[in-house]
Amino acid sequence: MCDLTLDKLNIGEVGTVLKINTNSSIRRRFFDIGLVPNTLVKCVLKNSNMCAFLIRGAVIAIRNDDLKFISVKRVIK
Amino acid sequence: MKYIVTLSGNPNVGKSTVFNALTGLKQHTGNWTGKTVSSAVGKYIYENEEYELVDLPGTYSLISHSKEEEVARDFIIFNKNDVNVIVCDALCLERNLNLVLQILEITDNVVVVVNLLDEAKKNNVVINLDKLSDILGVCVVGTSARSGKGISLIQKAVKEVINKKNTGYKVKYEILESVIKEIENELEKYDLKNLNSRWLSLRLIENESSIIKSINEYLGFDVISKEINDLIIKSHHILLDNDITIKEIKDYFVSNIFKCSEEITKKVVKNNSKNYQEKTRKIDKILTNKITGIPLMLMLLFVVFWITLVGASYPSDLLFDLLFWLGDKIGNFLSFIHVPSVLIDILINGVYKVLAWVVAVMLPPMAIFFPLFTILEDLGYLPRIAFNLDHHFKRCNACGKQGLTMCMGFGCNAAGVTGARIIDSKRERLLAILTNNFVPCNGRFPIIISVITMFSIYTHSIFKGLILLIVILFGIGMTFIVSLVLSRTLLKGEPSSFILELPPYRKPQILKVIVRSIFDKTIKILLRAVMVAAPAGLIIFILSSISIDGTNLLNIISNFLDPFGKLIGLDGVILLSFILGFPANEIVIPIMIMCYMKSGYLMEINDLDVLKNLFVNNGWTLNTAICVIIFTLFHFPCSTTCLTIKKETGSFKWMIFSIVLPTLIGIVLCFLVTCIFKLV
Repeated sequence: MCDLTLDKLNIGEVGTVLKINTNSSIRRRFFDIGLVPNTLVKCVLKNSNMCAFLIRGAVIAIRNDDLKFISVKRVIK
Repeated sequence: MKYIVTLSGNPNVGKSTVFNALTGLKQHTGNWTGKTVSSAVGKYIYENEEYELVDLPGTYSLISHSKEEEVARDFIIFNKNDVNVIVCDALCLERNLNLVLQILEITDNVVVVVNLLDEAKKNNVVINLDKLSDILGVCVVGTSARSGKGISLIQKAVKEVINKKNTGYKVKYEILESVIKEIENELEKYDLKNLNSRWLSLRLIENESSIIKSINEYLGFDVISKEINDLIIKSHHILLDNDITIKEIKDYFVSNIFKCSEEITKKVVKNNSKNYQEKTRKIDKILTNKITGIPLMLMLLFVVFWITLVGASYPSDLLFDLLFWLGDKIGNFLSFIHVPSVLIDILINGVYKVLAWVVAVMLPPMAIFFPLFTILEDLGYLPRIAFNLDHHFKRCNACGKQGLTMCMGFGCNAAGVTGARIIDSKRERLLAILTNNFVPCNGRFPIIISVITMFSIYTHSIFKGLILLIVILFGIGMTFIVSLVLSRTLLKGEPSSFILELPPYRKPQILKVIVRSIFDKTIKILLRAVMVAAPAGLIIFILSSISIDGTNLLNIISNFLDPFGKLIGLDGVILLSFILGFPANEIVIPIMIMCYMKSGYLMEINDLDVLKNLFVNNGWTLNTAICVIIFTLFHFPCSTTCLTIKKETGSFKWMIFSIVLPTLIGIVLCFLVTCIFKLV
């Protein structure tokens, strides 16, 4: 269950962030928008390159390449 | 006594709107065209006291990424202000509270403004402001800054903060509380110059060199004494006992603050809407869809350009007549007061006429295009363009937001260049600036369209439209190619991370948008054009009126340029027209006509058949037509754009580069096309 990353969530699915597996500058960007462990996120949009999530009340699109750094647990509603 | 008040907040929360409402200073709002690059400063008077308001760059947190965010951070940290006004978006209070709680760790002199209450109401989101104020321990004001509601309440709250001491909410770090207390006690031995000791303790535990360096510089001594160092090590041991490594300290701090924001939000926000932002999601499903997204975007942009081109032609003609009529009158008046006729000729036929020409052809399209684009911005559509196009730009190691600046470039390259401010990474911003000129702007479209109309083999308008589309796609393709080549050579680098906020759609304030964009962008860009057009008018006039052996200088120069022009499928006149058309590409064709007809003044021929005859009689072929189109697409940017590039990059070198690069590409392509024509 630990190899699920944020880019694999489908539209409408909800997940909880487990860990951010990078130390590059993107890590701080994630912190900025409130993407930290234990955050609940919902995937709302997707194209071949980016996914958009509802994160703490705002919809934010992030490239799939960057989403691969975020491991997540699917929440079944 | 003057009080200093800073305005901070996340990007896109209406900070600038609040700023404008407070100061009355008309500063442009909307992050998408790039604003608040350096902090704007304004003033207001409340109850006979003067307040200086500093608009800090939008920032998500006090962890700085860029120079601009560092400015915001240092301003707040080192207490250069009397009051911090923090603007929050009512629709995503939770994330905005993160910044509020971070600032509350530094100072209690805070006023929290919950903006966009009207939008929240529309979305059935109710916020209990009194409760929020109780929890945070500071003044909380609700506003709808776009309609001006609640602005005076901010002024009242600011005054209250100055006169009354608050005790703000402090985020608790359970496992660290005792050691924080110990460090604070130790710090009390020093003069901390107003720095909050709790905040300082947290930063010392966090142990990030850049902040500690700033702190030491501010204090004038090394704050990490032996005792404090021991305590820091102690705190790290406590964290390790709780499975938090030194690397993860920041995670722990940030998570903790967000946990608090989450809890506070749960207490004060009531979301009554069943399906949050349902309308926006529905629209997004169509506008960002894999299949329909890009075609719809192209259609929308096409409509914008079409309205601009068609809508501008009538007011342009009117303005043209008016300005030229005015010119005659001024000329008459000048001769009436006995101004020498040579001077009148220079002023009216030289400077004034070119000036009038540039204004008449540039003003109407800009006055239509900018408001239309700003309406798209106000609607919230622009980030979706970046979302749709990012895929393609990422392949060229560029940023999706470049797609946006490219779209703006179709309207006006200078605007596109300014728009590149929205791109965070410097490398990617340069890519966007340097390639913006590869898409034709409003000034160049008419050249391309009239040449296509005159020389298209099939006269059917669909065929012509198709050629125009190919030309545009060619420009876009070149944007990608050049971006890719540059990012492999001069501007090497990986695509930086890219985070794009997609705000909910909202109704644009059409009237305000029109006023704002006309005063803000149109006038500014027009003034820049006028500044260059006036001297250019003088030069054109001098060249056309000084003759040697019966030929005027204009023709002598064009004859000189002719061999080179012919080599690349053009001729001397065309080259000279592009050079003299530097202030505005709109005058390129009038200069051509002027040279071919050996006339002394700029001229226009509205009948395209007559124009075609003139061109053909002067040796134009299909080869020439194609090369003119290519050269229109790829040559040096107009003077306004050049000045803007210089301003935005802060470098003369990049401006020269942006002139040389497209010109070189244009020359090479024209040469190749001519070679092919010669072979066939």
